[in-house]
Amino acid sequence: MIEIKDLKKSFDGVEVLKGISTNFETGKVNLIIGQSGSGKTVFLKSLLNVYQPTSGEILFDGRDINKMGREDKQQLRSEIGTVFQGSALFDSMTVEENITFPLDMFTNLSFREKKRRAFEVIGRVHLEKANRKFPSEISGGMQKRVAIARAIVNNPKYLFCDEPNSGLDPYTSNIIDDLLLEITKEYNTTTIINSHDMNSVMTIGEKIIYLRQGIKEWEGNKDILINAGNKNLIDFVYSSELFKELREYFLETNKTSIENIITKPQSNEENP
Amino acid sequence: MLKRFLSEIGAYFLLLSKTLKRPQKASIFGKLFMREVYDLGVNSFGLVLFTSTFVGAVVAIQMFNNFSASSFPVPNSFVGYATKVVLILEFAPTIISVILAGKVGSYIASSIGTMRVTEQIDALDIMGVNSPNFLILPKIAASIIFNPLLIAISIVFGIWGGYLAGIATGSWSKADYITGVQMYMPQHFIWYAFLKTAVFAFLIATIPAYFGYNVKGGSLEVGRASTQAVVWTIVSIIITNLLLTQMFLS
Repeated sequence: MIEIKDLKKSFDGVEVLKGISTNFETGKVNLIIGQSGSGKTVFLKSLLNVYQPTSGEILFDGRDINKMGREDKQQLRSEIGTVFQGSALFDSMTVEENITFPLDMFTNLSFREKKRRAFEVIGRVHLEKANRKFPSEISGGMQKRVAIARAIVNNPKYLFCDEPNSGLDPYTSNIIDDLLLEITKEYNTTTIINSHDMNSVMTIGEKIIYLRQGIKEWEGNKDILINAGNKNLIDFVYSSELFKELREYFLETNKTSIENIITKPQSNEENP
Repeated sequence: MLKRFLSEIGAYFLLLSKTLKRPQKASIFGKLFMREVYDLGVNSFGLVLFTSTFVGAVVAIQMFNNFSASSFPVPNSFVGYATKVVLILEFAPTIISVILAGKVGSYIASSIGTMRVTEQIDALDIMGVNSPNFLILPKIAASIIFNPLLIAISIVFGIWGGYLAGIATGSWSKADYITGVQMYMPQHFIWYAFLKTAVFAFLIATIPAYFGYNVKGGSLEVGRASTQAVVWTIVSIIITNLLLTQMFLS
C-alpha cells in the first residue's frame, strides 16, 4: 500500500501539486486521471522520486521514500517496476536483453535462471517470437508489452505505468489493460496507472483519483464514477458524445459499469 | 551570463562526481566498455587513417617548399624530421582530437540526449542504476584507452603519407625522408603527445555526455545539444592544448 500525505511540488515558484493526499491499495489497479497539465505525470514522478517533493510524505508500506538512506532507497527501487509512456526501452539491447536488464544489474542469479525468468515473463506478455528483436523492429503495442515484462521480471511490489495506452489502437489498448489487471491480481502488486484512456478508466479502474490543476478533485472507483457529483470530472470523463449518451443510458437503465454492456474482443496474442 | 557559465561548470563537475565511481556491476561495465571501444574507437579508424595520410603528405610538401625557399640550404632529410615532429607534437594529438570531437562528440551527445528525451535515463534512475556512471564511465574509459592508440596510428600513417608524397612528387628521395624520420627527437615529445591525447579523450567523452545528459525537450533540443557539445569540446581542447604546451614544453 502506498500512502500519500499532503504532497506538494513546485517548479520555479509555480505550484504544480497543491497538497494531494490519497492511498493506493495493494492488489488493486489504481488510476490517476485528469486533463493534460493537471499534474498527473509530476505526481507519478514524485511518487517515483524522480522529482523531490516540495513537502509531504510518500509512504511505501510505511516507509517514507523521502527520508530513506541510499541503501534503503536502492532496496525500495528494486521493488518498483515502471512502464513509461514511450516504453523507454533501451535501443541498443534486444527485447530479451531489455527484460533481463534488471536481473543483470540487481541480482546474482545464474545465467540459466535469468533466462528462465525472462522467458517466463516473455510468455506472460505473449512475445515469444520477438525476444531477439530490437525495440525499433517491433510495434508500439509490442514495445509496451516488453516494457511491462521488464517491469515485472523482478517480481515488483509496486507497478507504475505512465499512460500505457497512449499511441495505441483501441484493440491493443484492451490487451494492455487486461494484461495489467491480470498481473496486478497474479503478483498482488500495488498498480498505479496514469491514464487518459476512458476505456481503461471504465474497465479496470478499481480506484480512480481525478486531478485538476494540481488538486485531487475526486476519488472513487469505476462503479461509482457514473454517479459522481463532480461537474469537472463528468465533463472530463464524458467529454465525447458517445460517452455522454452511454452515461445517459447507464443512468436510465441503472447500470453502473461499461463492462455490463460491452463485450470485449478476444486477445489475439500475435497481434502486433 | 557569467553566472550561467559558472553554474554550468559546477553542474559539469557534479555530473563527473556521480560518474567517476566504481561501476555497480563489473560484468555489465565490461560489456559496455567493449561496445564503446567499438563505437568510439574502432569506428573512427577509417577517418583517422584517411585524414592522417593526406595531412602527412601535405605537411611534408609544405616543409619541402619552405626549406627550398630558405636563404640557407636545408638538407632534404629535414623534411622527414620536421614532418615527424609536427605530426607528433600537434597534428596527431590535437587535430585528430578535434576531428574526433566532431565525430565522437556528436555521437555521444545525441545518443545520451535521445536516451534522456525518450525517458531511458529516467528508467535507469528509477530502477536504482547510477545513470551517469552507467552511461558515461565506459565512454571515458574507452576513449582514454583507445584514443592514444588512434593517435599512434595517426602518427605512423601521417609519416607514411609524407613518404608517399615524396615518391609522388619526386621532390625528395626515400632515403633522405627515412633518414630524417630516424633523426633524434627528445623522448618527452612522445609522452607529451600521449598525455595530451588522454586529456583530450577525457574532454571528448565527458563534455558531450554532459550536454546530452542535460537535454530538455525533444529531437530539436538533442540536435542543438549535439552542436553545442562539439563546439564546447573543441574550445576546451584548444584552451587545454595551450595550457599543456606551456606546462610541458616551455
